[in-house]
Amino acid sequence: MTVLRLAYESLRSRMFTTGLTIFSIALSVLLLVGVDRIRQGTQVGFEGTLSQTDLVVGARGGSLPLLLYAVFHIGTANNDISYASYQYFAHHPAVLWTIPLSMGDSHRGFRVVATDDNFYEHYRYRGDHSLQFAQGSRAEGIFDAVLGSAVADQLHYHLGQQIVLSHGLQASFLKHTADPYTVVGILAHTATPVDRGIYITLWGDEAMHLGWENGAPPLTAIPESQIHKSDLQIKTISAFLLRTKSRMSTLFLQREINTYKPEPLTAIIPAFTLEDLWSVLSAADVALSLVSGAVLVVGLLVMLTALYTSLNERRREIAVLRTLGLHARQIFALFILESSLISAAGAALGLAAAYLVLFAIRIPVENRYGIPLAMVGFSARVAYYMAAVVVAGALLGFIPAIRAYRNALVDGLSAG
Amino acid sequence: MISPEAIHLKNVVFGYEPRTPVLEVGELVVETGKRVFLYGPSGSGKTTLLGLITGVLTPQQGSCAVLGKDMTKMSAPARDRHRGAEMGYIFQSFNLIPYLTVRQNVALPCHVHKRRRQNIVAQTVSKEVERLVARLGLDTHLDRNVKKLSTGQQQRVAIARAVIGKPRLVIADEPTSSLDANRRADFLELLFEVCDEAQATLVFVSHDRSLMERFEERIALSEISRGCA
Ligand SMILES: Nc1ncnc2c1ncn2[C@@H]1O[C@H](COP(=O)(O)OP(=O)(O)OP(=O)(O)O)[C@@H](O)[C@H]1O
Ligand SMILES: [Mg+2]
Repeated sequence: MTVLRLAYESLRSRMFTTGLTIFSIALSVLLLVGVDRIRQGTQVGFEGTLSQTDLVVGARGGSLPLLLYAVFHIGTANNDISYASYQYFAHHPAVLWTIPLSMGDSHRGFRVVATDDNFYEHYRYRGDHSLQFAQGSRAEGIFDAVLGSAVADQLHYHLGQQIVLSHGLQASFLKHTADPYTVVGILAHTATPVDRGIYITLWGDEAMHLGWENGAPPLTAIPESQIHKSDLQIKTISAFLLRTKSRMSTLFLQREINTYKPEPLTAIIPAFTLEDLWSVLSAADVALSLVSGAVLVVGLLVMLTALYTSLNERRREIAVLRTLGLHARQIFALFILESSLISAAGAALGLAAAYLVLFAIRIPVENRYGIPLAMVGFSARVAYYMAAVVVAGALLGFIPAIRAYRNALVDGLSAG
Repeated sequence: MISPEAIHLKNVVFGYEPRTPVLEVGELVVETGKRVFLYGPSGSGKTTLLGLITGVLTPQQGSCAVLGKDMTKMSAPARDRHRGAEMGYIFQSFNLIPYLTVRQNVALPCHVHKRRRQNIVAQTVSKEVERLVARLGLDTHLDRNVKKLSTGQQQRVAIARAVIGKPRLVIADEPTSSLDANRRADFLELLFEVCDEAQATLVFVSHDRSLMERFEERIALSEISRGCA
């Protein structure tokens, strides 16, 4: 008890070096834990974005790009699929529901997704959460648009606002100026990429491109009032989400879609594809963890240097403690305690900082990059990091402690 | 329990390296309650002898009976306990733990040893600390960092810490050599007074023989030691 008190007071008196040492250890723990939490946070975030969907279907191509553009609004579709093929599987006896998605346009950096009522009806995230409206209602008319919550927040849009959509994903000169859309609904916050989308009807998507068959705007714009659903024919979509009636049939259906004769299609199981993504990213994760580990080693060495260099000026202190009846073992304990306290404080501070940083960057990262970052709790890996830091600190403390112990025995009372 | 001899060393041989002894003492006896002045030239082994008496060092040969216990027959932790519980020690300088306040420094022996805690005069340790510190004229410095005290003040704090909880033996190793002549006399006066109050035997080491007359017994290290240095 006395020794613990002594260790504490001793560290406190060397506030500056103690503080620096704790800071450097905290920084490395922040990196280690931060990298790990961000990794797990993105995993949980990605996995939470889409639930209850058994298959994601798009044109023949890579499964990861399909998943990324269809669900996470990252990248672009290289090919469309015909609406007829969609209809075929939408009415397939094994299928419970489908959500068609047609992408390719944008508005001030946000993607425009053309879909239908099934989206509002069946889309699920984080288990059983369904989409809710913060204001207004679904897009029904050709020129109706529903905004994700981040879109409404960042652009300060409200119901009734007229918006003009651009062709392509980059802010484009080719604006569909002739056809402004009206905001009829704003979705509630979901903390998924859904928040970053603008949702229109499949009719709306076709209407936008009426007369654009050559890839350029029509010479004479067709006034909005003259476009009716009956004039429009939905020809293609980009992808669709699908839920089977029975999970058992997922694999059969996947095979059926992949071998569908009339059109080359790809069906993927989202969870499996995400696993592929994580294994790609795990190399980056390992690299970052190694860097953080190196920072930790530096932090601990800073501590060792500070403790070791203080040994000489503390020889007299050790002699005094010896005359007071402290055992050489207690002198040893004093130094171990000092290094343990420093590393424990560093670990605790770093941990707290990691969670604070995670909490602080979560919303901006989600809004700016569309990467869903879930707030995740403690994990075995974090607990292991903490334990490793404290144990490594205590073990390094052995080096000055052993010297202090030997000084205590050999110096007698003539030290200093 | 009070043995007539506070210290009895016999045929003690000690060297920091086992093969080169720096101290060989045929016999050294200090009677209980006496004030003893131990002197000898620099490097003659005075501090080393105190290390043996306190049991911080152990001799290669011989026996060291201190306050009724033979230190050479005790385990290291038992020696440490005996020292902490029964002895107060004052160094030449830098006696105090630099990161503790005056109050914390003085209270330290009571926190380390129950025996010292039990022997206090006042009701609580902190009251005893206050009493002693006031007794030594340092009451205004009680909660100051010891590094901010003058050398003389620091030495008085060291006295308070050495005598708190009535140790039976107080050892001072040249405690006055960093003080000027006037303060040296005052220091000695105070040390005598508080040692009397604690009824402690005092072993005072110095090479300054001007202080010698004030002691009832004087021992020249060169006479008891078959001197090696
Ligand atoms: N820790 C140590 N390790 C090795 N040798 C030591 C140690 N301490 C002292 N000595 C040696 O032992 C001898 C006696 O030293 P000691 O400190 O006991 O002398 P002293 O009489 O106290 O001198 P002073 O009056 O200068 O304090 C000296 O030769 C010294 O070099
Ligand atoms: Mg000496």
